[in-house]
Amino acid sequence: MPLLEVKNLHVYFKVFEGKLKVLNGVDFYVKTGERVGFMGEMGCGKTTLMKSILKILPMPPAVIPEGEILFKGKDVLKIDKSQLLKLREKEISMIFQDPTAALNPVFTVGTQLYDVIKYANLDKNRKIKKEYIKNLLVKALENVYLPDPERIIQNYPFQLSGGMRQRICIAMSLASSNSLLLADEPDTSLDATIKDQILRLIDELIEKVGNTIILVSHALGTLKNITNRVYVMYAGSIVEVGPTKELFNKPLHPYSQGLIRSVPKLTGYGIGEGIEGNIPNYLSPPVGCRFHPRCKHVMSICKERKPPLFKINIDHKVACFLYQ
Amino acid sequence: MIKLQKKILTVKNLKKYFTTQQGVVKAVDGVSFSMNIGDILGLVGESGSGKSTIAYTIMGIYTPTEGEILYKGDSYLNKGKRKISLKFKKEMQIVFQDPGSSLNPSQTIKEILELPLKVHNITKNKRERLKKVKEILEMVQLSQDYLYKYPNMIGGGEKQMISIARALAVNPSFILLDEPTSALDVSIQSKIIRMLMNLKKKLNLSYLFITHDLSLMRNVANYVAIMYLGKICEIAATEEFYNHSFHPYTQMLLSSIPVLSEEEERLKPKKIISQGEIPSPVNIPTGCGFHTRCSKKMDICEQEVPEMIEVGKGHFVCCHLFNQKFINIKT
Repeated sequence: MPLLEVKNLHVYFKVFEGKLKVLNGVDFYVKTGERVGFMGEMGCGKTTLMKSILKILPMPPAVIPEGEILFKGKDVLKIDKSQLLKLREKEISMIFQDPTAALNPVFTVGTQLYDVIKYANLDKNRKIKKEYIKNLLVKALENVYLPDPERIIQNYPFQLSGGMRQRICIAMSLASSNSLLLADEPDTSLDATIKDQILRLIDELIEKVGNTIILVSHALGTLKNITNRVYVMYAGSIVEVGPTKELFNKPLHPYSQGLIRSVPKLTGYGIGEGIEGNIPNYLSPPVGCRFHPRCKHVMSICKERKPPLFKINIDHKVACFLYQ
Repeated sequence: MIKLQKKILTVKNLKKYFTTQQGVVKAVDGVSFSMNIGDILGLVGESGSGKSTIAYTIMGIYTPTEGEILYKGDSYLNKGKRKISLKFKKEMQIVFQDPGSSLNPSQTIKEILELPLKVHNITKNKRERLKKVKEILEMVQLSQDYLYKYPNMIGGGEKQMISIARALAVNPSFILLDEPTSALDVSIQSKIIRMLMNLKKKLNLSYLFITHDLSLMRNVANYVAIMYLGKICEIAATEEFYNHSFHPYTQMLLSSIPVLSEEEERLKPKKIISQGEIPSPVNIPTGCGFHTRCSKKMDICEQEVPEMIEVGKGHFVCCHLFNQKFINIKT
């Protein structure tokens, strides 16, 4: 049984103009110990998908009319509130895109971390001592290579640099010995050298703890270094999935091909062509394959039916009628 | 004399300090470079290295604290004199990083593109203006449907195309691109970059391209300069830069690029573990600003500010490692 399995998930946002059909039947699974990546342009629904796994989407406006999110066999969408809180405390944690927005500006870093660790270790039968938590706290900060943790826990987020803040967020998400880590573009707001440091840190920590990670990013190089399996998302559905190396060397879906070709190469040879057009409007998304208005290989069937995932080999699947 | 005329932009020992409550921020601290007509110079650095300050100082948004900026050999910005004449404004244009906030949301695309034409008296009447606006839109490969749209009705990529179109409206010969694609997706980025390269060829433009993406510069620029804490550490022609980089910071940057193929992996210098963060420009370390993060630090680095040393033709490095004087002492 996979650790996390999402089946036919639909997420809509109800707004004044109508219904934004953002997620359009997403299926995926993550096994224990796997490193899975998600890639796609901005506005493809990657973050919406991550947030719906933790059920932290604002509802309303969001509604989930269809679908199942099975974590260890239990449906996250159906469990009651106390179980949901337990899930967030001990089982799944998330690193957000912008560390500045993820930390509360009016509490010190120490207070925020203290609470996280306290609730992660909460046990009805046993009272935990303050010193014990404090010890864990300092250890958590040492784990992410923050110098002088005693001083840092007294600081407010604004007194720290972007890289340090992201380290705090990572420390926070790893503080509870959870089984699944969702990293939603942990590197986008950081500079090149800091990005390198943070990604190395995440790589090292999940290796050490043996965590399962879902890494969302639109930096393809990042995904290549960290994950073993990648899902490509376009306009709210999975268009291709495969082992990272295979997918980057031989992308099959026209969208994945376009994306990979447009990354500037260090070897030179000029710039790729890019993909014509934009992400569709979710109020009235194209019928059939949502990529068809931007696709070069469009056929008549693409405009009528949504392509299912066709099997290329055991791990590699692609949702495109070209491979029928 | 002929050589002088070929230069489109020369920056000499440019300094820009800001006074804040915490002290003097040395955002740009003695930067010199020059560009020939038709060049694309890539200015690369982390945030806080002073790239955008240079851009704004060149455009006259900030007055320089010290130093000279020459456009085609003429100085247009003297200390104390804030206003730049229309003549220079017409020659030099800028495209900003965030297309969302650089276009007026309450004006249509037509109005946005007409403004520079009115200011510079390029067209005489309404009909001529409309014709010219249509021409400009065609130049950036946008259809005439866009004329009466508002910026919030179009996507990020198209907004940036409109910003570029606005810069092109006055027939400039120099365009400053301040991270024009960093807010956009890679698929849209490559489309915009391709268009910029075509326009450059067609209109014989020169670009000063500010970015933090080294792999993009590999494909676009013919000169690359690396900035750190308000100073240039290394400047070289692109081929030379990517094949024989010298400065430890350049090597750190190059080795931290996540790449897709094995072929690119081989091009990167040996992995240098990046450590530390860019210090606050209020308390710049003594001597070489990079010594706090450098893996090849020597005693001299803490004491003396390194000077620009020419290590190859047109290849300058600002590092004590390559100073002949010190190499002799060591051996």
